Amino acid sequence: MKLFDLRGGVHPEGRKDLSVGRHIRVLPLPEKLFVPLQQHIGAPAVPVVNIGDHVLKGQLIATAQGAVSSSIHAPTSGTIVALGDHVAPHPSGLPVPTITLESDGADKWIATQTVDDPFALTPEDIAARVGAAGIVGLGGATFPAALKLNLSRNSGVLTLIINGGECEPYLTCDDRIMRERAAEIIEGIRLIALAVAAQEVLVGIEDNKPEAIAAMQAAAQGSVVKVVTMPSMYPMGSEKQIIQVLTGKEIPAGGRPADIGVLVHNVATAFAVQQAIRYGRPLLSRIVTVSGGAIKTPCNVETLVGTPVRELIAFADGYAQAATRLVLGGPMMGQEFTDTNVPVVKGTSGVLALTAAEVGQAEASPCIRCATCVRACPVGLLPLEMAAHIRVSDLSGAVDLGLKDCIACGSCSYVCPAHIPLVHYFNYAKGDLAAQERSKLKQEATKKLADARNERMARIERERAEAAAKRKAAKEARERAAKEAAEKAASETV
Amino acid sequence: MNIAHSPHAHAPVSIGKVMATVLLALTPATLFGFWLYGWPAVNLWAVSLIAAIVGEAFVLRLQNRKVRTVIMDGSGILTAWLLALSLPPYAPWWIAVLGSLFAVIIGKQVFGGLGQNVFNPAMAARVMLLISFPLEMTTWVAPAQAPGLLESLRITFLSQPIDGMASASLLGHVKTEFTRGIGLDQALTGYYAPMDMLWGSRAGSLGETAAVLLLIGGLFLIARRIITWHAPFAMLLGVAVPALLFNAIDANHYAGPMVHVLSGGLMLGAFFIITDPVTSPNTALGQFIFGLSCGLLTWIIRTWGGYPEGVAFAVLLMNAVTPIIDQYVKPRIYGRDRKGVALPAKKGT
Amino acid sequence: MLFAVVSLTILGTSFGLLLGVAARYLKVEGNPLAAEIEQLLPGSQCGQCGFPGCTGAAQALAEGSAPVTLCPPGGRAVVQALAAKLGIEADLSGVEEKGPMIAEVKEEICIGCTRCFKVCPTDAIMGAAQQIHVVFREACTACGKCEAVCPTESIKLQPIPVTLQSWHWHKPLVGESV
Repeated sequence: MKLFDLRGGVHPEGRKDLSVGRHIRVLPLPEKLFVPLQQHIGAPAVPVVNIGDHVLKGQLIATAQGAVSSSIHAPTSGTIVALGDHVAPHPSGLPVPTITLESDGADKWIATQTVDDPFALTPEDIAARVGAAGIVGLGGATFPAALKLNLSRNSGVLTLIINGGECEPYLTCDDRIMRERAAEIIEGIRLIALAVAAQEVLVGIEDNKPEAIAAMQAAAQGSVVKVVTMPSMYPMGSEKQIIQVLTGKEIPAGGRPADIGVLVHNVATAFAVQQAIRYGRPLLSRIVTVSGGAIKTPCNVETLVGTPVRELIAFADGYAQAATRLVLGGPMMGQEFTDTNVPVVKGTSGVLALTAAEVGQAEASPCIRCATCVRACPVGLLPLEMAAHIRVSDLSGAVDLGLKDCIACGSCSYVCPAHIPLVHYFNYAKGDLAAQERSKLKQEATKKLADARNERMARIERERAEAAAKRKAAKEARERAAKEAAEKAASETV
Repeated sequence: MNIAHSPHAHAPVSIGKVMATVLLALTPATLFGFWLYGWPAVNLWAVSLIAAIVGEAFVLRLQNRKVRTVIMDGSGILTAWLLALSLPPYAPWWIAVLGSLFAVIIGKQVFGGLGQNVFNPAMAARVMLLISFPLEMTTWVAPAQAPGLLESLRITFLSQPIDGMASASLLGHVKTEFTRGIGLDQALTGYYAPMDMLWGSRAGSLGETAAVLLLIGGLFLIARRIITWHAPFAMLLGVAVPALLFNAIDANHYAGPMVHVLSGGLMLGAFFIITDPVTSPNTALGQFIFGLSCGLLTWIIRTWGGYPEGVAFAVLLMNAVTPIIDQYVKPRIYGRDRKGVALPAKKGT
Repeated sequence: MLFAVVSLTILGTSFGLLLGVAARYLKVEGNPLAAEIEQLLPGSQCGQCGFPGCTGAAQALAEGSAPVTLCPPGGRAVVQALAAKLGIEADLSGVEEKGPMIAEVKEEICIGCTRCFKVCPTDAIMGAAQQIHVVFREACTACGKCEAVCPTESIKLQPIPVTLQSWHWHKPLVGESV
């Protein structure tokens, strides 16, 4: 199949060999699970259980709220022991509302509804079941999957792309799941294709995963699903880039893939869809890569959502040497964390413990305008110019240069010989602009309130004055009448 | 709590490594210059480097900035090195000192240090020297029996006149002959030996003559992805194409492309001067335009200008235009057309 | 020589005349700037800037006698909007330090005197006599009027707590040489 060119991109050292050789193993049941209410893009889920409730594995514990949200289910059977704040997988380190579940060790499933012929289901039914199972995009974006299915069905999808790129270094969870569960994934892909009535189904896999490609090709034999080998390059697994390389189309700025008739889902999401439709199992666990130079036995672990990451690190035999940085996700776009009580959530693809040599951090030096970042940017931006504007607080100048088109892939920061934290500048600027936008909206609202109050005060004042005038007039009239009466009486008496 | 922003990995690169690679690429041509012109060339090179380091350290101290970090980035050394390569090998020591100080202080630090200067510091210094000290800057020597160490010290530090070794560079010779009304066919006789030009065995600046070695150094930098081919290729094209055309029209008045490409500072300029990231455009197309314009200007100055060589002037002129090129030549952003308007949403096709 | 002198003289005279004519015919009546500036201000007439309400502040800004950083409730957004309007560089250093604030009622010591909600310029406080008052976060501009009238120091300006929605990355801290 003809592939299309991408601009930019980088080739970081893969380091996938650390963890790729071992089979996926299941993590032993943890004693306590910390399930955050927000594991997806959109509004947090609302708890439907109380402290002390006993729940079964797969039972709904928090329900979706609003248009963009996702449900959350009990990862195992046990007792709800707390509904409160717990440390979250978020760079702010702020605690988030979390359901704490104490496992009873039985891991007893709630009654599930299996479907013998899932391909007899209607597209609407598939989307509804995917939504009820709390499935979100497992590639990292964590957008509610059912919503994407409905949006795509309504706008008409021609091409369904399944992302097996896994371009982030270290991560091998998608590679392993494709090798070991290819048949289930292909069935999931066919179900998604059915749900959106796709005409073309492409699975894009980077050429550094030959075993996964072979397994997927074997499983896809005789179906509409076409497995495509893509060159290894970062950020090949980014939605915009995989669409570009496979179809040659670009998502219009500010638009969605559906605008050009494309839907993208991750391979792990396809697996979760298959499990939800055929076996009625909600999304309770995911494959997590535990790796990094500081991990003794890097591996892939099937982990329940809510498991503290320290259990994963312990399962990988702990540290081989001192880790200078702990990262959730891949090294290019993942986030640092310091508290190992932070739970695995639906979007956690990896837990990395990196050594100082792997991180390669150095103090920033002046920009020599070498434009390596310009060559690396997959979007066609000028990172050096944008950062220069942001450095002097000219955020609107950075916006004019295309700040809002930045996908924060980190390619520019990765290659910068001056070690300038370019993507950090961009995320700072995006955050600050959003804060300014919020405060502007608030100011407009408060201005209206102030105007309304001023008007009301003026009206009250006016009414009071009018009432006083009226009273005065009445009083004067009364007095005049009294006076006249008195005068009249006086004159009469005289 | 200070959480580090992604990415949590970095390519094994640094400013120091970039500079060191460029210095490495310059080494063959420099060593050839040392061999060709002998000890005076070594003296001049060493004096340039020392002056640049001391001068830069001094102004950094005045600014209360970290002296060691900035010196260790190697950019000042590279500037002085490039300047030394563009000087006449028997130039007196104060030419090197003055040039180096001008380059790192006026050319770079006054603008705000590394990355802030508008003009290439080495070329700015070279032009300053050429305009201020035309005699010292155009006294060339023919490669001959290299002087001994003691004699070299006299040449460099006591400005002892060079007996019987003075020569003219090819471009200078051609220009002088033109003013006497002598055409190219005669002027080049005995002066132009293509193989010598290629290897660099000719009168010229310290490190500008070894065309092949400079080309190898340049290709090495392209292979190491320190520079791209756009600017050097375009500059050679910008000189060679008009030279070819005009040579075809009137071979007696206009030198051919080989003469132009192999003489003067063109090879050094194309691969090491106009590829200076600070003073050249950011995009591949911008660099191509920049290189092509540098080449054209060089050829125009050489052909019709008052000076025999035009690389340094061309580079400075184009440095001034770089911000304008960057303003107008930008990559197309994903999902937008060239004007920055979002692409239309379209299904199928 | 003569040509240069004559041509420059003619040029100078004609441009001078042009400017003179323009000044007469394109004269702006009054100063619309003050009204435009007032549109940018919060409009809560809190008086924290030292001027009698937002109109006074706008006039002072238009005349250039007040800095664009004069409005504490407006925060950085207003400073930037004013600076852009007036075409000047804003020094944000003094503004950022304080950070956005909001009024909060300490419920234990609120006596329900209603004084604060009577002075609130944006009706951001709700309450009735003898009842504990509450502040609507979305409506509070942190003008501080309530703080001044509270007899028990129950209502106070507090920094707005950071939430997951409002948190964002800080500006990168880089070395002196960058």
